[in-house]
Amino acid sequence: MAKAKPRKKPAKRTARPKAKPPRGVTLLIGTRKGAWFFSSDANRKSWRVDGPHFLGNIINHIVQDNRGTGTLLMAAKTGHLGPTIFRSTDKGKTWKEAARPPAFPQKENGRAVSHSFWLSPGHASEPRVWWAGTSPPGLFVSTDDGVSWESVSGFNDNEMYAKWCPPDSGTPDGALLNQIVIDPRDASHMYIATSTAGVFESIDRARSWRPLNKNVEASFMPDPYPEYGQDAHYIALAPTMPDRIWQQNHCGIYRLDRPGEKWDRIGNAMPKDVGDIGFTILPHPRDENTAWVWPMDGTTVWPRTSPGGKPAAYRTRNAGKSWERQDRGFPKKQGWLTVKRQAFCRDDKKPVGLYLGTTGGEVWASINEGGRFAQIATHLPEIYSVEAVERI
Amino acid sequence: MEGAKLGTRMKNEHANITVFIPTQLRNYTNGATSVRAAGVTVDEALRDIDARYPGIRFRVIDEQNRIREHVRIFADGERALTTAASVKGEVHVFGALTGG
Repeated sequence: MAKAKPRKKPAKRTARPKAKPPRGVTLLIGTRKGAWFFSSDANRKSWRVDGPHFLGNIINHIVQDNRGTGTLLMAAKTGHLGPTIFRSTDKGKTWKEAARPPAFPQKENGRAVSHSFWLSPGHASEPRVWWAGTSPPGLFVSTDDGVSWESVSGFNDNEMYAKWCPPDSGTPDGALLNQIVIDPRDASHMYIATSTAGVFESIDRARSWRPLNKNVEASFMPDPYPEYGQDAHYIALAPTMPDRIWQQNHCGIYRLDRPGEKWDRIGNAMPKDVGDIGFTILPHPRDENTAWVWPMDGTTVWPRTSPGGKPAAYRTRNAGKSWERQDRGFPKKQGWLTVKRQAFCRDDKKPVGLYLGTTGGEVWASINEGGRFAQIATHLPEIYSVEAVERI
Repeated sequence: MEGAKLGTRMKNEHANITVFIPTQLRNYTNGATSVRAAGVTVDEALRDIDARYPGIRFRVIDEQNRIREHVRIFADGERALTTAASVKGEVHVFGALTGG
């Protein structure tokens, strides 16, 4: 029997691992009449449309799990039918309905979820956890990747709930729990934003909550600086400095550096003829001093359109001490755009891409941090939400 | 076609009610325009079909057991205002008018 030759050890590879080729971006667009996905080339210059999905459904939010699985969740309802959550685990090719969508506990004269408004993947240490905010304001959690949802008693059954979320209060589409933000350093440290009572903080993973609204105006209340009652349109943590919270409120633009408690109205530095009213604020992914807002007309009867019919983003690069106008590419006049709170977003690329969808069904993109915008889609239904993810 | 689909539902030998399905819900019933159900109330009939078509009930009845605002249900031709309405033969579910 021939003796087997000893195998040569494979030569050690010394070549550097190949860098991943740059990928484009996919925009997950929810509208009043269905969902569309727009995917770009690596340079984010050409876009391919995929849709409609769920034509006729009211899609409030589409979010991809950023913790590895890539699960997509979609908050949907229709004009007739109640709310639900659709899930996709194959990049949007097929969708399956959640077995138990968010629903309040059954009780006499109890609340019913009108629609899920905001979806948020949980902390990185809790890979199958998702959170949802609803109208009327409600907080829900899933621990099985969005298949079934439980009411979060610490907020929904809180003894202060009736004061924080009075039934006669809310936006034209209903009162909202419109944001859930988790401290990336600590899964038990959370913030939520509501349209009825402002911002709240929990340090025990949603078991208890306290208002966090000091120095935030509520011009529609007898006491314009109440403990709660503000309308927090949007909050976001600075990714490189999670103790910094940015807020676009119904009454101005604010910044809070924890452990501080008192918000600073950084919108006071905005041009007076533009004002500091808007729906969204976007922190830069790599610079805690930079953020973008999309101002809207909040004067007189609140048109909520671009001030003066001249659309523009505004950027601060010094934590709100000053703001610069970014309007290249937009109409110089007669541009009456309205951009809802979930319809202005960014990617994480270098340079950062900004994307916005309008209630008139237009999508605009900037691939150079707001230096110039270009229209990439028209004729969509009213856009409710835009999320930018790595191309799927 | 519809008869064939109905036939497959008749395996539930206690089914005594026909539930007419509106266009908005036929993705749950694989396109069937009506399905058979067992029960003596609207609630029982809808729970029965929900066991075979999971999720269909929550789209028309909320978590407090109320008929959703833009849904109309008729039991044997009479408007059902609650799910407790009794029924002997037919349940009609409709998507009622809602804005464009």
